[in-house]
Amino acid sequence: MKTEGDEMNAPAIAEKVNAVQKRGSRTRTVWKVMKKNLPLFSMSLPGILFKMIFSYLPLFGLILAFKHFRVDKGIWGSDWAGFQNFQFLFRSNNAWIITRNTVLYNGAFIVITMIVAITLAVLLNELSSRWMKVHQTILFIPYFISWVVIGYIVQAFLDHQHGFVNQVLTALGLESVKWYQEARFWPYILTAAQLWKTVGFSTLIYYAGIIGIDPTYYEAAKIDGASRWKMTTQITLPLLTPLIVILFIVALGNIFRADFGLFYFVPNDSSFLYPVTDVIDTYVYRSLKVMGDIGMSTAVGLYQSLIGFVLVITANFIIRKINREHSLW
Amino acid sequence: MTAVQRKKLTLFELIVHTFFIGLSVCILVPLLLLVSISISDEKSLNTLGYRLIPAKYSFKAYDLILQAPKQLLDAYGVTVTVTCIGAIIGLFMTSLLAYTMSRKDYALRNVTMRYVVVTMLFSGGLVPFYILVTQYLHLKDTIWALIVPYLISPFYTLVMKGFMDQVPMETIESAKIDGAGEWRTFMTIILPLVKPALATVGLFICFIYWNDWWLGLLFIDNPKLVPLQLLLYRVLSTIDFLTNGMAQVNVDIDLSTFPSLSARMALTVLAAGPMLFVFPFFQKYFVKGLTIGAVKG
Repeated sequence: MKTEGDEMNAPAIAEKVNAVQKRGSRTRTVWKVMKKNLPLFSMSLPGILFKMIFSYLPLFGLILAFKHFRVDKGIWGSDWAGFQNFQFLFRSNNAWIITRNTVLYNGAFIVITMIVAITLAVLLNELSSRWMKVHQTILFIPYFISWVVIGYIVQAFLDHQHGFVNQVLTALGLESVKWYQEARFWPYILTAAQLWKTVGFSTLIYYAGIIGIDPTYYEAAKIDGASRWKMTTQITLPLLTPLIVILFIVALGNIFRADFGLFYFVPNDSSFLYPVTDVIDTYVYRSLKVMGDIGMSTAVGLYQSLIGFVLVITANFIIRKINREHSLW
Repeated sequence: MTAVQRKKLTLFELIVHTFFIGLSVCILVPLLLLVSISISDEKSLNTLGYRLIPAKYSFKAYDLILQAPKQLLDAYGVTVTVTCIGAIIGLFMTSLLAYTMSRKDYALRNVTMRYVVVTMLFSGGLVPFYILVTQYLHLKDTIWALIVPYLISPFYTLVMKGFMDQVPMETIESAKIDGAGEWRTFMTIILPLVKPALATVGLFICFIYWNDWWLGLLFIDNPKLVPLQLLLYRVLSTIDFLTNGMAQVNVDIDLSTFPSLSARMALTVLAAGPMLFVFPFFQKYFVKGLTIGAVKG
């Protein structure tokens, strides 16, 4: 057997030496880049590790959806269940009800909150700054009240015996209503509660987006004699679109994730109302805490993540087709 | 001054104002109802029901809660501790992470950004999270179970990053020329520069901890570690906790006149109240902090 060196002539050897040197300098530059970025990397490390443990690691836990989990055997040791957990879920009526509730509620919340919040933000922008601040502060207060407290407030309104609403109804000569047993009212009650709590926050985000718009656009429009309405539709809304689109995509990705507090505390976990108030999250919580069904709860969680994933990808794809600038990636 | 302003008020502005005043009423009335019930006489509540203006005033509910305040104080202690520790550590970790994403000359900037945004969209869901905390981190029934899971929120990280993007690169470069390392630059130059963002995000983190019942519901069985909101939730379904507290300190009360309706609302006011007083002081920072953040790029 010939060794490589035997056949090599001088230029070839020179080339090789060159290559080795180049590789050396490349490692040196890599090292340089690393050394330069190391301090910043060390700063992000706590956050990176935190996200690794609390956001990425649990993704592996999704494997439980395909297992008969037993605490003593652990995640990896438990027996495989195939798709049994999913079958169990989808054969019952529950899957359809909780999916429908979750999607319809969240869909309605996304659309309603968006419309109301953008309208409010545009109107706020028309006010002088002193008044704007007063209104803004008041609008924002409910965002800082926990769902538990809101649950109490709703009870103060809707309690059968003492509730404020029933007082008004009887005063008007109408029949009082057993609110916590009447399913048909709850879609509206929950929507109102959600709007009450979150619209101030969304308004603030859009408002922040509006005041971030370059004022020279408005000055130019004013010189051209544009009306308020014209300025809103021609300047404010188009320039706000990227923000609206991003918030929409993120919201869409979470359309399968309901706000647990809203659906658990506000209806006071009343079983009369499950058909219209039970959402995926409250269902998972109950099947975990009450029935201890880990496999199925995880299966539901995986189902949530997968659909959310597909929705985000789809939404982003569509938005990318329409306007590349506006897409998330 | 006022005359000039009044002249400026056009019909359009008047309509907008009226609209917002109506809206403010809608927002404030529910809170008012809560307070009003808490200071109503129990008998009048039972006969006349909840009213916006109490038929008969009585502060007995507050009296009773404050006579046997042990459980309330315990819960307050837990919530205040969790809020303080959580806000300090959380704010520090969030600003560190956000800072690296805001540095345009950092090679891993976009990777870090994507790494964080992805966590906004996908999660393992409740069960893996529950198993992680209880089986692997062994945090069940410890105060850390109430703190650790909320340390970094991707959304607030992006808000913070948006703010830090405004810090001119020259500031950082001049600090470097003066011989400051990255950590030193961050601690002595960047953090003081982004105080409004720290206040905004810090307050958000405070509210998250203050208003949380979720982690308590999942991980806390020890009555000494029950946070305020979880206590409220438990009282919502039973008033036993209050009467138990009374029995322990031998307060002589007739249970038939026990103000259970107003006591619940009084407890709610005591739980939610403090933070609502803190909030207006930070209001001016909000828009500033949010204007620049939350937007892509």
